[in-house]
Amino acid sequence: MPSTSPSLHIPEPKHRPGASHDFSDMRPPPAGLLDRPAIDISAGQAEPLARGLVRVLNEQGEAVGSWDPKLDPDRLRGGLKSMLTTRAYDDRMMRAQRQGKTSFYMKCTGEEAVAVGAALALRPDDMLFPTYRQQGLLITRGWPLVDMMCQVLSNSRDRMKGRQLPVFYSSKEAGFFSISGNLGTQFSQAVGWAMAAAYKKDSRIAAAWIGEGATAEGDFHHALTFAAVYNAPVILNVVNNQWAISSFQGIAGGEKATFASRGIGFGIPSIRVDGNDLLAVHAVTAWAAERARAGLGPTLIEHFTYRQAAHSTSDDPTRYRPADEPEHWPLGDPVDRLRGHLTVSGHWSEAQHEAFITETSEEVRAALREAESYGTLTDGPSVSPATMFDDVFKEMPWHLRRQRQELGY
Amino acid sequence: MPSMTMIQALNSAMDVLLTKDPDIVVFGQDVGYFGGVFRCTDGLQKKHGVSRVFDTPIAEAGILATAVGMGAYGLRPIAEIQFADYIYPATDQLISEAARLRYRSGGEFTAPIVVRAPTGGGIFGGQTHSQSPEALFAHVCGLKTVIPSNPYDAKGLLIAAVEDDDPVIFFEPKRLYNGPFDGFHDRPVKPWSQHAASEVPEGYYSIPLGQAAIAREGSAVTVIAYGTMVHVALASAEEEGIDAEVIDLRTILPLDIDTIVASVKKTGRCVVVHEATRTGGFGGELIALVQEHCFYHLEAPIERVTGWDTPYPHALEWDYFPGPKRVGAALRRVLEA
Repeated sequence: MPSTSPSLHIPEPKHRPGASHDFSDMRPPPAGLLDRPAIDISAGQAEPLARGLVRVLNEQGEAVGSWDPKLDPDRLRGGLKSMLTTRAYDDRMMRAQRQGKTSFYMKCTGEEAVAVGAALALRPDDMLFPTYRQQGLLITRGWPLVDMMCQVLSNSRDRMKGRQLPVFYSSKEAGFFSISGNLGTQFSQAVGWAMAAAYKKDSRIAAAWIGEGATAEGDFHHALTFAAVYNAPVILNVVNNQWAISSFQGIAGGEKATFASRGIGFGIPSIRVDGNDLLAVHAVTAWAAERARAGLGPTLIEHFTYRQAAHSTSDDPTRYRPADEPEHWPLGDPVDRLRGHLTVSGHWSEAQHEAFITETSEEVRAALREAESYGTLTDGPSVSPATMFDDVFKEMPWHLRRQRQELGY
Repeated sequence: MPSMTMIQALNSAMDVLLTKDPDIVVFGQDVGYFGGVFRCTDGLQKKHGVSRVFDTPIAEAGILATAVGMGAYGLRPIAEIQFADYIYPATDQLISEAARLRYRSGGEFTAPIVVRAPTGGGIFGGQTHSQSPEALFAHVCGLKTVIPSNPYDAKGLLIAAVEDDDPVIFFEPKRLYNGPFDGFHDRPVKPWSQHAASEVPEGYYSIPLGQAAIAREGSAVTVIAYGTMVHVALASAEEEGIDAEVIDLRTILPLDIDTIVASVKKTGRCVVVHEATRTGGFGGELIALVQEHCFYHLEAPIERVTGWDTPYPHALEWDYFPGPKRVGAALRRVLEA
């Protein structure tokens, strides 16, 4: 109904706790509807892709349309394994937090395909600027689970030396940039890294992630502006999981336009993709990477997904959204969908899947056993307090040496 | 040896650095083709190319975020913020990111960046072209803060800052860009060519960060200053005929405590001067350090002469600026105490 006078509009999700889920107004377009364009497409030509939804896997689990990346079954099984490992890792570390072995944890349940699909499509030496919910990138790149766990447990083997909150990983070797608690900051830093790579005529590219909630930060705007101005070889990923802690995506500005469509105004070809469809995520990422490596500049990708789990171990989502909402998300679950696809195409069986789950949970259990042997936050060996003063600067100035002595080291 | 203004010395430093190291890039608003609103980067783009010296969008946070990303890649970016007063949009990138990157990543990632920003008042710059925000950055663990007071130091310190592996905020007192300024605004301003510190070698040299300089040796009282206030302190000592020892800190952090302590132990008296506002200013830290280290040598309470705790006014410039009269009065007070 048209308004007749100004009134302050406060966006609200359709339903709150007590009510049941309602995704009746969300009609995902069929898989294969949108065509894969040439990589030298203009932002204007990309508009239908930014407003639509690129999907490869249909309801029957078949890969359809021109976006099908046609990955061989081994690659697909590898992707499934990485997603299952990520899920098993999340479940185990969540329990470790509940057992008091660490102070904090954040799961990415339901969003595994976003990280795993991208990691499979990028080269191992491309530089990643993740948020705290892209643990699947590290896992897909084969970074040791033990190392990740030691960080979460802040133990004597934590390479961050107990300085960082759990899940704020960093691995230069894995091309995984140090995670910061300040939202959005890494998005524009990735553009700087990509500008540097372009300056050095390096074939490596950068990829950055940001949640839809944090797109409201100024750094999002700066990243898009600088990426467009300097034609930086960067992939700018917005993970729209519908929720920023308790705020639904409408509070971030998602009611009026898709997050992908924001890129169009900056002159950046932008695409919205089914984030629970690993094949679609892979295909769109590969397309964006090809663009970047060909010197065609940045791409913005909105991954349309759903945050199945609580925001963090400190959050209870039943206080702000219907309890049954996660299981009714119309785009389903990324693990189930890839499993269905592999099964339908004859490359997977129930028995293989069960064996996979046993294998991954055994890997995770063994890794945690080893990690705990190096201590936990509350028990066992930990880093020396003397190290607290290291790495503030390259060389320790006199005032820090004095403070270390004051502490008794 | 050529005589240079501070602008020419800074330009020379960047020219030397760009020539020496292909991983050095210079950027900021109006820095490229135009050569900077203060001419500090004049001619550098033409000489070194547009991909090494270039203009940026008007977005301080974007400028410093991309600098952090470039630093993480392995470049050594020199980013310019047009006025220190406009560094605030970038403080999240400076404080939360650049300053903490080495620490939070266990030394894996670093931010070897330099942020140049004109600072200070005395130019009728009003509220947003006169501020001295160094105390905000001195409070940030992981940042180094440098403020030169003459062309020779400006070049040597900038070269050292760029070659330093930690992030450095390099505040340039714009009042000193074209000539020394002692606060006597009603007297003709002398050009740098009549000052010894304008003799600047054309080639490479550096001045270590964290080392103060004794601008004037004396035995009656120690004055701790930096930037424009070094010249004000020197003029005050001359006017009052007081044998003051004037320390030019040059680096705000890490601080040269040894030079300060040796001087105050010798003189037994101390005056701290800065343009920045008093409460929470860096003078408070300096006074606390002198008190901690020199308590039994002090013969008078430590004085501080600073900007007032107000925003920097336009019309009332000379009532605000801590000029030689106010510094001179403080020197007399500590000597009479």
